Amino acid sequence: MNDQSNPAVRDVNATEAVGLARDGYRVIDVRERSEWDAGHVAGATLLPLGEVAERIAEVAPDRDAPLLLHCAVGGRSARAAARLAQMGYTNVVNLKAPIGHWKEQGGAWEEPTQLLSPGQQRRYARQVLIPEIGQEGQRKLLDAKVLLIGAGGLGSPTALYLAASGVGTIGLVDDDVVDESNLQRQVLHGVDRIGMRKVDSAELTLAGLNPETTVVKHVERLGADNVERLIAGYDVIVDGTDNFDTRYVLNDAAVRLRKPVVHGSIYRWDGQITTFVPFAGPCYRCMYPTQPPPELAPACSVAGVLGVLPGIVGMLQANEVFKLVLGVGDTLAGRLLMFDAMGTTFDEVRIWRDPACPACGEGVTAESRVGASAGVGA
Amino acid sequence: MSTVRIPPVLRENTGGTRSVEVAGATVSEALDDLFARHPALRDRVTDDGSLSEFINVYVNDRDVRYRDGLATTIGPDDTIILLPAMAGGH
Repeated sequence: MNDQSNPAVRDVNATEAVGLARDGYRVIDVRERSEWDAGHVAGATLLPLGEVAERIAEVAPDRDAPLLLHCAVGGRSARAAARLAQMGYTNVVNLKAPIGHWKEQGGAWEEPTQLLSPGQQRRYARQVLIPEIGQEGQRKLLDAKVLLIGAGGLGSPTALYLAASGVGTIGLVDDDVVDESNLQRQVLHGVDRIGMRKVDSAELTLAGLNPETTVVKHVERLGADNVERLIAGYDVIVDGTDNFDTRYVLNDAAVRLRKPVVHGSIYRWDGQITTFVPFAGPCYRCMYPTQPPPELAPACSVAGVLGVLPGIVGMLQANEVFKLVLGVGDTLAGRLLMFDAMGTTFDEVRIWRDPACPACGEGVTAESRVGASAGVGA
Repeated sequence: MSTVRIPPVLRENTGGTRSVEVAGATVSEALDDLFARHPALRDRVTDDGSLSEFINVYVNDRDVRYRDGLATTIGPDDTIILLPAMAGGH
């Protein structure tokens, strides 16, 4: 079809097009989404060439409505306009000019929403390139608030990588000070920090790594009395604590407030990692209903721990955080990953929601839920 | 023979051994064979003849609590994983 001969389609230049738009012509952009995202006519409707015929009726049900079509230079919009004329549209004009002319003639224009500043685009360039992240994903990381329980062995690698990658807010719960014996594995800290509060030392290190990350320091031990206040403002909780009491208290509060918890634990050469997403998967009590006696759970200070072990486990925890924040991939929800450094093996077992779980089981109410009043551990 | 993985906190009861080959057609029989080889493990893993509530037992990747408990049948290529909770993080 020769659109020049079709009386229903008329080519216009940019000056006339700007005037027509002001007079009430509906502007239809037939370019692709990616072109639209880089800037578009203000108030225009995006209708890529391939979708024009199919979707025009929802955009302009009235076939006598005045329509102004454009693309990048006027070629695709000429084809779209001809197609519309063929379909019975009677008042279609085509902007036969580069879209830059529209802007030069003072046509209304909307610049793309800047998700990232130029500095952020440079800093995070390597991960913005990843299709599953992109600018939108990076924006999610910058807006994310992640709470680390413990700024020690597990918290060190997690905090370093979360901050380096641009997680916007990192909360640290730790009331301890840096001890020389920590330095074998707690790489947030250094010899010049011995005796300093771990949260202060961590803040210095993280500020050097990424001044854009806000570090929120909570100089306290997580307990039943403060757990809800501590976790309420965060999107994801990373559990790197060193005792069962805290793990049960955290679990019960996280279930109540529906906060995902990324769990890591270490012992000598072995590590365990999983992710608890309340009600979507099992919780800590589903996996370990009863708190073990102390002899089954010696602390690192008693049992010892290989320096790289919290590094490996903490980094896997950071990986879980990224997926939770970005909403991509498969987390470890419902799976317990076990790392054996001695044999360099990863094993995995499935963990299930326990219908009889006192924290997240069937029929558990806000009042009957374990830890609801006094927050007793187990 | 099936394989039983010994978790780190129980290795002091096996002389440091990380896995033990055992005979038996059920988890119960396999554990009895394990305890015959390493008697100190019995009181750590069981309590009055039933599984300790502090230790999860998996056949391959499945928790026997959601199968037939100690009566869960096992084959020669199966791996039994004993898994007590670990708390360390600092």
